[in-house]
Amino acid sequence: MAMKYRAAIYTLALVASINTAASAGEWDFGAEVAGEVRYFPNDGLFAGQLDHWQPSFTVQPDIRWESEDRKHQFVLTPFVRVDGRDGERTHLDLREAFYRYNSDSDWSLTVGAVKVFWGRTESRHLVDIINQTDAVEDVDEEDRLGQPMAQLTVIKDWGTLDLFVMSGFRTRTFPSVDGRPRFELPVDPEGEIILRDDNRGAIDLAGRYSHYIGAWDFGVSVFHGTSREPRFAIAADGQNLLTVYDKITQGSIDLQYTKDAWLWKLEALVREGQGDTFAAAVGGFEYTLYQIFGGNADLGLLLEYQYDGRDTNFVLEEFGPALAAPVTFADNDVFAGARLALNDIQNTSFLAGGTVDTDDQFIGMFMEAQRRLGENWTAELEARFFLNAEPSNAAFPVRDDDFITARLTRYF
Amino acid sequence: MLLRPSFHKTIPISLLSAALAMTGSAVSQTPAAQGDTPEAQKGYEVALRNDKSDEGFGDSRVTARMVLTNRAGQETTRNFSFSTLEKENDEVGDKSLIVFESPRDVEGTALLSHAKILDPDDQWLFLPALKRVKRISSSNKSGSFVGSEFAFEDFTITELNKYTYNYVGEEEHDGVMNDVVERFPRYENSGYTKQKSWTDQEIYQARKVEFYDRKGGLFKTLYLSDYRDYDGIWRAHTLKMVNAQTGKETVLAYDDFEFKTGLDSNDFEQGILTRLR
Repeated sequence: MAMKYRAAIYTLALVASINTAASAGEWDFGAEVAGEVRYFPNDGLFAGQLDHWQPSFTVQPDIRWESEDRKHQFVLTPFVRVDGRDGERTHLDLREAFYRYNSDSDWSLTVGAVKVFWGRTESRHLVDIINQTDAVEDVDEEDRLGQPMAQLTVIKDWGTLDLFVMSGFRTRTFPSVDGRPRFELPVDPEGEIILRDDNRGAIDLAGRYSHYIGAWDFGVSVFHGTSREPRFAIAADGQNLLTVYDKITQGSIDLQYTKDAWLWKLEALVREGQGDTFAAAVGGFEYTLYQIFGGNADLGLLLEYQYDGRDTNFVLEEFGPALAAPVTFADNDVFAGARLALNDIQNTSFLAGGTVDTDDQFIGMFMEAQRRLGENWTAELEARFFLNAEPSNAAFPVRDDDFITARLTRYF
Repeated sequence: MLLRPSFHKTIPISLLSAALAMTGSAVSQTPAAQGDTPEAQKGYEVALRNDKSDEGFGDSRVTARMVLTNRAGQETTRNFSFSTLEKENDEVGDKSLIVFESPRDVEGTALLSHAKILDPDDQWLFLPALKRVKRISSSNKSGSFVGSEFAFEDFTITELNKYTYNYVGEEEHDGVMNDVVERFPRYENSGYTKQKSWTDQEIYQARKVEFYDRKGGLFKTLYLSDYRDYDGIWRAHTLKMVNAQTGKETVLAYDDFEFKTGLDSNDFEQGILTRLR
């Protein structure tokens, strides 16, 4: 009886203290709502693919709370897309849903679904591995799914140390049979093979140390767990692709040297667990011409080289013939791009670039333009082109999938 | 706070002259750098007195509103919070962190700066959509800050050793007597050949600054007003920058400052950027 009474008191006290803390803290409610339409000038190459127009809309609410002393943070950012043509692109995700405790500035502990970015380069996010790519969103691999984890961060004058313990593995999203762009055989959403003992429940571990010394910024990272990149296998019926997720171990570095208007960047990794152990790297520079034409506009010029030494052989496994390693387009490619920022009140910017495969001259090109309208709207126009795709190139199936996207976003 | 020994006041100028003589930099052609003239010395002392008045503020937090007005009179607003950590010594500048609250499409974007005196500042940008921290070049000192009439370099105009000085005289402004001093940037990539500042003789704060462009013409004028006293530390709460060449203007309005909020150097490390919100 006494125990029960005490427990009730403690519970009341806890509820009271949470209430007090919550009322003393600061709530922030926001949301992004976007309408988008994609236009594919060419007919789809494969049976079932959508024809020319692909309308969709997205909603991303953003709920934040921070205690008055800034020690406790709570973030909830769900994301939903409803797509008019591709059932797999209609999806829901928790981009972020976490609680974070910040000690007196030295360390913090985050528990929940989190988004984490590692890296320096622009044309490929090679070492960024914590979050799964939300590949139905776009082909640029910049949209990521929230990853459940516990993250410990220590910030000292000798650098920042992050330790990650992750479970609840997320598989990559892929367009449906209707979707574009896609491979000739559609990815079977049920055909996921996770080569780990506890499947999605397996524990992934990662660590990262990052710091800067003078003009040098650098990060050293390790990852041991389920590969975010799947490799493909052909299903027994020969009509679908299976996605195979291996257990991998990877070490990586990322560097940036900042001098005047020059940014020199490098990312490199070594990965074991997908065919032969391989290395990959991407490096180059960004040079900015400030206040061109005597105005406020800046023009950034980018050049990067991409190398990837992964195994491209087929292997025969119990589930069928499979690639030894995930497909990459960035094996021996040169990226060149330009970024024009007008630095006006509307924050108008343009970005254009292309990646050329030096082996067969396949070119992936893109153009992006963005402008704020009034205080709460932005308009975006994006175009992606796939040129010179030879049958031997991994991009051959998407050769007719050039597309233009127009997007209007309202911020609340 | 310990006062620096009095010889400190003269050493930087003589050191500077020596340094300029060796490098033969373009700055050496400016009048104040030609040696220890009485005008240069007096101008430096006015700037030093202003710099001293800010000593010991520790750290501060403030929320700010920036209203941009174009020639047609149309207004747009940006809101941000601004945290500052006082410099450890005269060899470096303050550390600062700006976090944007609006426009909503850039909400959460943060800019961390470790200001230097003559070397380029160290700056990191946090992009919330990607959760990406990016070290950026700070050589664009004369570039516009978020489309406003303020340039990046305008936020560090009070760093003493960034300039050489030349005392011009006394002048009344807003009913107060001011010392008028010209100053010439010693650092690279400035958009100005000269600034002219009005510093009042009562609380030693800047009241007006004129900025002259690379051709020597009047470019912009900054009016600082609504000074409030926080236990001996003065802060202007309204800063109006008027572009003489385009007619555009930007008003930067601060809310009440909070001082000694417990921020330390770890709160200004690049690792902090991913856990701001």
